[in-house]
Amino acid sequence: MDTLNKTSRRDFIKISSITGGGLLLGFSWFNAEAATPEIINTANFAGELSFNSYLSIAADGTITIFSPNPELGQNIMTSFPMIVAEELDADWTKVKAVQAPLDKKYDRQLTGGSGAIPHSWKRLRTAGATARYLLIAAAAKRWNVDAAECTTINSMVMHSKSGKQLGYGELAEEASKIAMPADVPFKNRKDFKLIGKPVKNVENKKIVTGKGMFGLDFYREGMVMAMIQRPPAFGTKIKSVDAADAKAMPGIIDVVTFKNNVAIVGKSTWEIMKARTAVKVEYEKDGNIESTEDHNKIFADLLNSDKATVRRKDGDVETAFKNAAKIVTSEYQCPFVPHNPMEPMNFFAHVRPDGVELVGPTQTPGSARTAVSKLLNVPEEKITLEITRLGGGFGRRLKFDYVVEAAELSSIIQKPVKVIWTREDDMMGGSYRPAARYRFEAALDAQGNLIGYKLRGAGINLGNATREDNFPSGAVDNLLIDSVEHISPVTTGAWRAPVTNFLGFAEQSFIDEVALAAGKDPVQFRLELLQKARTKPTGAIKYSIDRMETLIKEAAEKSGWGKKSGVAQGFSIYFSHASYVAQVCEVVMNGKVPVVKKIIAVSDCGEVVNKSGALQQVMGGIVDGYGTAMYGKLTFKDGVPEQNNFDQYRLIRMKEIPEIEAHFVDNGIDPTGLGEPALPPTGGAVANAIFKATGIRLKNQPFVDDAAFSKLLKGY
Amino acid sequence: MPTFTLQINKKEYKADVAADTPLLWILRDHLSLVGAKFGCGIAECGACTVLLDGKAIRACVYPVSKIKPGQKITSIEGLSENGDHPLQLAWDEVDVPQCGYCQSGQIMTAASLFNSNPKPTDEEIDEAMHDNICRCGAYHRIREAVQLARTKI
Repeated sequence: MDTLNKTSRRDFIKISSITGGGLLLGFSWFNAEAATPEIINTANFAGELSFNSYLSIAADGTITIFSPNPELGQNIMTSFPMIVAEELDADWTKVKAVQAPLDKKYDRQLTGGSGAIPHSWKRLRTAGATARYLLIAAAAKRWNVDAAECTTINSMVMHSKSGKQLGYGELAEEASKIAMPADVPFKNRKDFKLIGKPVKNVENKKIVTGKGMFGLDFYREGMVMAMIQRPPAFGTKIKSVDAADAKAMPGIIDVVTFKNNVAIVGKSTWEIMKARTAVKVEYEKDGNIESTEDHNKIFADLLNSDKATVRRKDGDVETAFKNAAKIVTSEYQCPFVPHNPMEPMNFFAHVRPDGVELVGPTQTPGSARTAVSKLLNVPEEKITLEITRLGGGFGRRLKFDYVVEAAELSSIIQKPVKVIWTREDDMMGGSYRPAARYRFEAALDAQGNLIGYKLRGAGINLGNATREDNFPSGAVDNLLIDSVEHISPVTTGAWRAPVTNFLGFAEQSFIDEVALAAGKDPVQFRLELLQKARTKPTGAIKYSIDRMETLIKEAAEKSGWGKKSGVAQGFSIYFSHASYVAQVCEVVMNGKVPVVKKIIAVSDCGEVVNKSGALQQVMGGIVDGYGTAMYGKLTFKDGVPEQNNFDQYRLIRMKEIPEIEAHFVDNGIDPTGLGEPALPPTGGAVANAIFKATGIRLKNQPFVDDAAFSKLLKGY
Repeated sequence: MPTFTLQINKKEYKADVAADTPLLWILRDHLSLVGAKFGCGIAECGACTVLLDGKAIRACVYPVSKIKPGQKITSIEGLSENGDHPLQLAWDEVDVPQCGYCQSGQIMTAASLFNSNPKPTDEEIDEAMHDNICRCGAYHRIREAVQLARTKI
């Protein structure tokens, strides 16, 4: 985050003239390793602009801000320009946000880990503030006044003494000749005009009028389309393919087999879909063929395995448990879930003799290009990648299997091709949130103090299933956290808030169980643990005790914790991706039926950049966390996913959403991300409230599969 | 292959396609009207929703042969001339979209509701919108935008 301070200004400004009417400032600071600023060749500026610059101010006053990170609904195309425009004092109505294509000059050009804002916050502010400095200097020079007497507002430089004013567009050319400042001060947050305010998504108009902006909407004259039949069961490979009938069908250009893929290439989607049903493929065993029942047995073994990797060990847990007055043990399990972005996977690829063109939705354009480069043995410099808007990601598009596949197919058929996945392909295509099972054990002394804590995380292809340094680590003298995994042919990957999307639920539910066993109020119990971490810490503490404590108190206050009658409240707080979110869920009984009425969330993500976008992320994260906890599961029979479309896989819908009340802590700390952090606490808040209302402790997701809970939902 | 004459967004189009071709693929592949989206292909998610004589249909499963001569199709591109239908304005006003992929289907579903029931109750709005999936979970704002547009229809 602080690389900018070290590399300073030498790497990020480019100044240039623009041909054919006007001048502009171009910035490119995303590469911390860049050499001395260079003057962009004016003759080629239009081309250079899209690859090298981040911010330009044209003679007509239009301010173009390139957003390097892929947009999948986290609203980065709005919040990035807002940060620049804030420091620049730009007229927001004249700011144009443009998705930048892949370029090595941008570092961290990816969407994941809720990392874009914390990574870019200072860089974006520096760009805006530097441009503003240059524009002021240009105006001062022209007016022959002291720059310190000039102010800026709404894309204008003003000199109040003389009453003079000039628009940024009129000053851009002169500004481009001013020497770079050594450093520029940032605005005081009290003076923010955009940051912290609700600013509408800059692409709303295009979205609501149906403009083609997603990968699936991409069309190129002369391109063909393709669908790929992949093995339906994990752990199998192609034995034989008979595509004779399919090849003869109308609109079909070819059927080609490569690796474990049978690609049906044709002129239109529907013709391909029909021909696909006529392709006869036989598969044979190529690894373990697993069913959900097998996974359940595997989990039982893993929880008792002696091959776990210790992730954190403090004090002496064995003695603590020996001396305990009370021991609480509990296990929690989650199933696999698919990502299900609304736009199924797709990518356009054109492998030509002189290079490769790639277009489509990806969270990791750089890695996708590297993989294509390796596969086709084409240097990366000869591969372009245009990032379209993503119809959702949730982590699925961090993987680039579908990009590589499209490139490989194009190289085989020697045609520009758009590969389209159906929903079934998408849901059966792997890269799922891994299934996991956790065993928690807590040792309490006679006074109800937590003296020992054990967590074993068992996951399928999950690596470290724990977050060993998260709360309550640091607050318990004797602690052991380990993990163990089973390697499966079912492919898995990051799913919104990896690991914590389920661990957060399990941990916050367990803490509720322990508080109950200790005879303490769950909020008070957490505050006591934090107090212990502050006064007598054990081992490393990687969360902020102060921020957690403030947030717990704030959430308790905002929700009227423990003060409402007729409402069962459940508490949860989780720290992930550098942000803190506390939630209180309220359940009311409608006769015998528990109704999840409301979730009150308080988030500490430091400075809120865009209030509207931040609310979307929190509300969307809660809806996702709640919907997945209630309904989400993907099961397997002999290696084949048993749910392959929305008629079998249940996603939350409008009538099922609880009311959400979202608050933010106003502390002015540099911002951290929000794409993920609101999701992990939701399951715990809901389960704790349901326990309070019904006495049913939900330990396995999805909740609707719990027999007792499901009976109540049905009203008997 | 048979030729179908279609009235879409007040224009006439001809498509030479197989009779079982779903309307969605004619719009997207043949006419470059990509506002209606492909989400599930089995009429479960509503991303492909368009209007047929003012009523919402799921274009992904609606074969072209089922469309009768003279029936009028409206896709999101034809909902208004300048993108200023009360629903489109409300969607911006409330700042509904996250990824945005499902939103044209959501808007067309709401448009169909208003065509049959210009002043729906909150419950009727929830009922009508319940069949459309938004994976980003923007349901609160979708509901708010439909309620806002209701006052301006």
